[in-house]
Amino acid sequence: MSALFPFHGGLKTVRHKTESNQTRIWTAMLPPRLTVPLRQHIGAIAKPLVQPGDRVLKGQMIGQPDGYISAAIHAPTSGIVSAVDPQPVAHPSGLADLCVTIESDGEDRWINRQPVNYPHLHPSELRNVIRNAGVVGLGGAAFPSAVKLNPSGRSERLDTLILNGAECEPWITCDDRLMRERAADIVAGLQIMAYLLGPYEVMIGIEDDKPEAIAAMSAACVRTGYMVCPIPTRYPSGSVKQLVRLLTGKEIPVDGLPVDVGVQCFNVATAYTVHRAVNFGEPVISRIITVTGQVHGPGNFEVLIGTPFAALIAQCGGYREGVERLILGGPMMGFALHSDDAPVTKAANCLLAVGPAELAPELPVLPCIRCGACMDVCPADLLPQQLYWHARAKEFDQARDCHLFSCIECGCCSVVCPSHIPLVQYYRYAKNEIWALEKEKQRAEQARQRHQARMERLEREKQEREAKLRQKAPRVEVVASSGKQEG
Amino acid sequence: MIIAVIALGLLAGASGLLLGFAAIRFKVEGDPMVQQIDSVLPQTQCGQCGYAGCRPYAEAIAAGEADINLCPPGGQNGITALAELLGRDPKSLDPASGIEKPKMAAVIDEQRCIGCTLCIQACPVDAIIGAAKHMHTVLVGECTGCELCLAPCPVDCIQMVPFAPTVTTWKWTYPVVEVKAAA
Repeated sequence: MSALFPFHGGLKTVRHKTESNQTRIWTAMLPPRLTVPLRQHIGAIAKPLVQPGDRVLKGQMIGQPDGYISAAIHAPTSGIVSAVDPQPVAHPSGLADLCVTIESDGEDRWINRQPVNYPHLHPSELRNVIRNAGVVGLGGAAFPSAVKLNPSGRSERLDTLILNGAECEPWITCDDRLMRERAADIVAGLQIMAYLLGPYEVMIGIEDDKPEAIAAMSAACVRTGYMVCPIPTRYPSGSVKQLVRLLTGKEIPVDGLPVDVGVQCFNVATAYTVHRAVNFGEPVISRIITVTGQVHGPGNFEVLIGTPFAALIAQCGGYREGVERLILGGPMMGFALHSDDAPVTKAANCLLAVGPAELAPELPVLPCIRCGACMDVCPADLLPQQLYWHARAKEFDQARDCHLFSCIECGCCSVVCPSHIPLVQYYRYAKNEIWALEKEKQRAEQARQRHQARMERLEREKQEREAKLRQKAPRVEVVASSGKQEG
Repeated sequence: MIIAVIALGLLAGASGLLLGFAAIRFKVEGDPMVQQIDSVLPQTQCGQCGYAGCRPYAEAIAAGEADINLCPPGGQNGITALAELLGRDPKSLDPASGIEKPKMAAVIDEQRCIGCTLCIQACPVDAIIGAAKHMHTVLVGECTGCELCLAPCPVDCIQMVPFAPTVTTWKWTYPVVEVKAAA
């Protein structure tokens, strides 16, 4: 057990964990229709491999990764593809995105699964297995894991491989239950990751409000040399930068990645899917999701990707009275869904139905009194007040100079603000505007180059024409002069 | 007295040589001001400002011949950026050059296109592909929305379509909160 390096700020939150973590993981029912989004990850949208009318088997690839940073999508059950078109997806905008809709045939028939004996594989082949299984970070960011499992380009060995079982947001318990019930499988996945990355040490960070999970993981880690590190329950200890700091004392640079300081970090559920993908040949077609809050039977469900949220809620016995909002993710970083028709994706870790009791009362926004409470809780060591002024005044350059992009949008500042200013909303707005402006700049630069190329081409063509005319000059002159005489 | 004159004379001569050398050694090609102005302009190449494109307009601004409020695609933000760059007061857009519109792209109705290539010749960024008597189509990713292809089309088969937000281009909006005065 090594010493911990506490991060600045953070919050003690009301946990609300026991509502959903008292029962085992239930297997959700197979819905008659699954809508599988082709963009469930960070990076390029997957290319559809099926057409309406095609028959697919459970685990068959229906979306091919498009480029290096992209992930494969698989059919969660057997059936017939009824549509490949934009459908509403789980997104704060409520907009539609390209999805493959599968009418289940009820047989749930698998494709031929091929487990691989990974120590006999070349690391790049093993990474391809993981890539083709559509493994992405299941903590919420959904970054393609095969990219993170590639140590190439780095000469030194990785110092630390961290498995993130912190689960710091209130209400969410899916990782907790997974660690309690399938610790051995998680460790098997972790071994594959360690095989690929070759770290000096492997640490598993779990918040100390999950003693059962810590016990289960410690038991599974016996004789592996992996360290299970209980960490203080303090939101947002499950955020990558904070967890890395907490366990290793290393700061990730402003524009850097954990790998820049010799650390790589994965979620426990990701390790579990790596194990299923490599040792069982099963791609990521399901995940464990917490359904909690104002529903009759809260709990954790192993659910097929593409299941509508409404079907999942129905299985929990439906909503209790007075539900005002359905939040995807936790109460701190999640967003309200526009409708419960949207499907479960790989990144969906929690479905929280909130009523008046859970919702903070909508208090009037008052002017900032410069109390500095936001600064005291900021886990990223930023000056939230300063960021707020700049974002509010649309001074994006200044906001960026105050390290706007180091903000992890954890929401601590908004929670403690005595003036109830929706600070994170301002930061999200400013980030989006900066990205949009940057894209616009790129487009303008592209247009400038194309315009210049066109002008050069026109000039060249003109000169070529003139050169040709000069070559033919004597004859042309005669014709021209004779023509003149006639005229 | 004489020593002072000689000393200052030598100093002036040496400085002159140094400056002369620097002027040749560190010569800047082109007008850097034009380049800076050009980089602020939206590069739509629409000519609504009355110049042949964004670069000629930038040259005119740099030469003091054109005002900074003639660019409708750049809009008010563009004018503010130009004003900041040039140390002038921002103005509102000159209505004579046009009005600010949302970003749009040209779309060819492929059923009606007769393949005359007139739009291809008009496009300032080569964003329309096709050949004589063959259907033409617009590369949406390259279209700047300049509308220069609309006028030459003999069958009016080109339309400007605004960009609909998708999950990748959607943005969080500016928080609308009613700030109440403290009691």
